[in-house]
Amino acid sequence: MAETIEHQPAALAARRRLTQGQRVPGSPRDRFGSFVRRHRLTPYLLLLPALVGIALVLLWPLIQVVIFSFQNYSLMQITGAAPTQWVGLANFINTFKDPEFWLSLRTTVIVAAVIVPLTLIVGTIVGLLLNRLGKKMSVFVSTAALMAWATPPISAAVLFYWLVSPDGGVVDWALSKLPQWLGGGAHWAGYNWTTNGWLQAYIVIGALVIWQAFPFIAVSVLAGLKTIPGELLEAARVDGATPWRVFWNVTFPLLKPIFLVLLLLSVIWDFNIFSQSYIITGFPGNQNEYNLSTYLYDKGFASTIPSYGLGGAIALIFAIILLVVTVGYVRTSVRQGALT
Amino acid sequence: MTVGGGTTHLPPAGLQIPAATPARSGNSTASRARAAKRSRAIGVNLLGLLIALVTLFPLFWMISTAFKPSHEIYSLTPSLIPAHPTLGNFRAVSSGQVSGGIGSVWLFFRNSLVVTLAAVLVASLLSLMASVAVARYKFRLRATLLVTLLIVQMIPAQALIIPLFLDFKRIDLLQNLLGLVIVYAAQALPVSIWMLRNFVATIPRELEEAASIDGAGGFTIFWRILFPLVAPGLVATSIFAFITAYNEFIVALTFLGLDQHDYTLPIYVTYFFGRGGADWGPIMAASTLYTIPVVIFFLIVRRRLVGGLVAGAVKG
Repeated sequence: MAETIEHQPAALAARRRLTQGQRVPGSPRDRFGSFVRRHRLTPYLLLLPALVGIALVLLWPLIQVVIFSFQNYSLMQITGAAPTQWVGLANFINTFKDPEFWLSLRTTVIVAAVIVPLTLIVGTIVGLLLNRLGKKMSVFVSTAALMAWATPPISAAVLFYWLVSPDGGVVDWALSKLPQWLGGGAHWAGYNWTTNGWLQAYIVIGALVIWQAFPFIAVSVLAGLKTIPGELLEAARVDGATPWRVFWNVTFPLLKPIFLVLLLLSVIWDFNIFSQSYIITGFPGNQNEYNLSTYLYDKGFASTIPSYGLGGAIALIFAIILLVVTVGYVRTSVRQGALT
Repeated sequence: MTVGGGTTHLPPAGLQIPAATPARSGNSTASRARAAKRSRAIGVNLLGLLIALVTLFPLFWMISTAFKPSHEIYSLTPSLIPAHPTLGNFRAVSSGQVSGGIGSVWLFFRNSLVVTLAAVLVASLLSLMASVAVARYKFRLRATLLVTLLIVQMIPAQALIIPLFLDFKRIDLLQNLLGLVIVYAAQALPVSIWMLRNFVATIPRELEEAASIDGAGGFTIFWRILFPLVAPGLVATSIFAFITAYNEFIVALTFLGLDQHDYTLPIYVTYFFGRGGADWGPIMAASTLYTIPVVIFFLIVRRRLVGGLVAGAVKG
């Protein structure tokens, strides 16, 4: 930000010195204070506790992930039964040779490519709707959305598992009662969504993720809509533009920075799906239903021979993919002048 | 949730404002337009109602199941509202007498609450201090620090879980609530610092300068002037830290392992969901007890919450 506290006008600083006579000069507290001021240590002291926490819990593990990924680190190495060795790129080569890695990567990418646009579309529609609804209805809709958003993901995942459960689940019952021409029928009774294949499982996970993520998109879009001057939309409407064209030619360009943030957030959220997948696919159940997160967890912990080196390599690949998404986004927004 | 630094406000460049033409009038067109407007309003309201009901249904079904006796839960034609509502499921999870159950739900409730509140307290204090440093002082590597925070918060817990597990095992904080408090507080820090930084930056510097002229020391300025003004921001970041900690799954799952006595609510719910052939009445009762307090809390703080989160995401 612009200036620092120290950069006060000289006269002001002089007055301050005068008024400081109330303090006891030479006390230890005062001496410490003047040392801090002389060396301009205040910001560093304020930052220190937070930085120590972040460094120990977030940065140091990240560095270790990089180190592990080039080592044969595993249980044997921890107990000292075998020496820790540098293995070069072996962990990465083994990962790339593993068909399960490619399967889980494919699942992750497809799921993100489908769920991200759907979440954004649903969220935007609800945001636009909230802007048009009367007061009471708008409070009702946003309350419902807030409740879905506030539900803890674990609770939501267990709940959706129950909704689609083959014994007693309400979704299968409703589908079996649906008329034939709507795709319903008796064959839905007792349909198993969670172990029939990755597609079925991820339809459930997708519904779950959208249910929890759209409220945030809607509220953000609504906040953006409120900043658009009403005359702009009015002018477009008077000119005879359809609501569709008003959205694409006026609203969307104005809200583009918000949409960029939301797009990035959604991509990151959907690449990180772990607990939902853990519960819906019944980890460590069907390995064909892994995404990158559950695959990583399996290699690091759940498999019979956990390999921290292999897990580190996968984690690094995972982090790099996310970083590429982020850098791509930041560059786009800088080019648009969004960061100034 | 502050990912990226997209500033919003209004983009002035490249926008073509269509020239407004005089409104066309005429009696019949006006009344027809009014009728069209009314029918459109009805359509919009119906769509709103539909979306709200679909959104509410899963939660409604959770509560409804929690109050149903077993024979109604597995009935071939499920009913929306329990015909014979019962507290049996809640009694079962409260006493811990459930298949696959490992103790009373209240024990795990207490664990969750202790961990969450401690993490919120620590994260709020540390991020407030750090955000004052970032928003109010110029120092070396300030920009680097802010960008590092942005990058660090992007890295998901599952990518760091292996070294975290090994480190906390080494310092013997694995099967223990303190370990979770440390991790949750640290996880909330980057976003909290970014969010609070925006709040601190909006406080006029002149206030502090005036206090300083009047002889107030740095500490007094902080508590008497900065703190009350930044309190709304602190509420928003506390809520953020609260969600992160209360909902956290993978770290608790990995750290606590077989230490059932220290399970937090999400681990408890999935634990007995996984065992004993899924007895949905008690599971939904436990989920309800886990979910409803936080949903009600969110409804109470909704205005601050929405404002704070959007400020964080949008102003970044």
